[in-house]
Amino acid sequence: MTPYLLVDHVSKTFPPADGRGEGLCVFEDVTLEIARGEFVTMIGHSGCGKSTLLNIIAGLERPSRGGVVLEGREVPRPGMDRMVVFQNFSLMPWMTAFDNIRLAVRASHPMWSRAEVAAHVHRWVDMVGLAGAETKRPAALSGGMRQRVGLARAFSTEPKVLLLDEPFAQIDALTRSVIQDELVRMWSASRNTVFMVTHDVDEAILLSDRIALMTRGPQARLADQVEVKLARPRRRAELIDDPEFLRLRTHILRFLVEGSLAPA
Amino acid sequence: MRRDRLRVAAYSVLIGTVLLALWQAAVAGKPAGKSIPGPAAVAATAAHMLAHPFYDNGPNDKGIGLQLAASLGRMAIGYTIASVIAISLGVVLGLSPTLYRAVNPYVQVLKPISPLAWMPLFLYTIRDSAQAAVLVIVMSSLWPTLANTAFGVASIKRDYLNVAAILQLSWPRRLVTVILPAAAPAIVAGLRISVGSAWVAIVAAEMLIGGTGIGYFVWNEWNNLALTSVIFAILAIGLIGVLLDAGLGRLSRRLSYQE
Repeated sequence: MTPYLLVDHVSKTFPPADGRGEGLCVFEDVTLEIARGEFVTMIGHSGCGKSTLLNIIAGLERPSRGGVVLEGREVPRPGMDRMVVFQNFSLMPWMTAFDNIRLAVRASHPMWSRAEVAAHVHRWVDMVGLAGAETKRPAALSGGMRQRVGLARAFSTEPKVLLLDEPFAQIDALTRSVIQDELVRMWSASRNTVFMVTHDVDEAILLSDRIALMTRGPQARLADQVEVKLARPRRRAELIDDPEFLRLRTHILRFLVEGSLAPA
Repeated sequence: MRRDRLRVAAYSVLIGTVLLALWQAAVAGKPAGKSIPGPAAVAATAAHMLAHPFYDNGPNDKGIGLQLAASLGRMAIGYTIASVIAISLGVVLGLSPTLYRAVNPYVQVLKPISPLAWMPLFLYTIRDSAQAAVLVIVMSSLWPTLANTAFGVASIKRDYLNVAAILQLSWPRRLVTVILPAAAPAIVAGLRISVGSAWVAIVAAEMLIGGTGIGYFVWNEWNNLALTSVIFAILAIGLIGVLLDAGLGRLSRRLSYQE
């Protein structure tokens, strides 16, 4: 049986800057299967190409070899079935928060009337806690508020796959945990398939069903995949004393620090 | 802030008064015909002309309001045509680095040509001096808008285009909701330069083609040796230029955005 989302033997080599030689191979031969409704996180050092892999799944970059298959069909180009939440938010700065979300809702529901679109946008504005700030432009919002817009934009289109590219990296630590909880809440309700990229170990364990570990780049490889068998809902306060949490955390941290695998 | 503005205003008034006084002193006591008219004489003419700006006593005797309106009308046509061409072409060039580089040498050669240099060709080909003047305006206001639009579109952040690609926006939607608003500050900066050069060119073009317009008016009054009218017309040209620029400055503030 083919998996819901299949990253099939994907490699990425950037052409050399001077046009000669071999070029830089960022990662090689990554194969990853994600089941429907599963939350999979990829973790690795900067430069292992995890954001590049996410962009390849999104169709924003082309793989050098291999391909991405969603529900049995290859998806080489960007599409609404795979929405991205960007590390730098990527909101249109000339639009209000409301209009940023509306742009996506209109694109995903072309048959809806203006009123239906507006009602849907309002629902998501309330859902992510943006009420009162929806008429502001992104420049007038804090990082946390901007990413709320980014999450609402992605979730409101009801994509098959959500691609989260270090979505909390540019948000201050206190706000981060609040928005992480909101993400969990929205994901629990929608049960989208999620592929997230991060270098925050705690975040990965808190959110994921499975964690994929990349070796250091260049020529990074998928080294290991770890199932996170902690019961949901997971509570931050309880997790930090949970032996399974600690075991996973140590395992992943040791991998990241030593760059090799200790027996799990 | 308020104090600063008061001080600036005070200095401005002071400088203006000094300039007027120097002008008056330079011409005082000299017989008419030996020097240009003084500010008082110009002010008298101005008052007279502004009292009846729209009178029309035949081809060589029209109020300054009519003349300015003729120039502005001509400019509106030429400037609109030029802006539509320049923005459309600029978007295409901005989206295609290859085309941009292929076309750039031609733009670089055409850009420094005075728009008036085209006048003989226009007169020869279309044989209508009014339309030739409009085409001169087109040539004068094409390049800054074209160059700025191409640059503005070429430097749109990849992120915005990525979002547009993921949302699979249709081409017209992509243009209207992403490309044009993203490049708007650069485009309006180009439009602002263009409106200035169009206003500069129209005066010279109208001196050549005659008939109506503020440029023709200046030349006609010079032929009548009515120097007070010439000086007043020069001031009026400057003032209209300021208003045109202020209008586009306002548009620029409305369309600018902070990342």
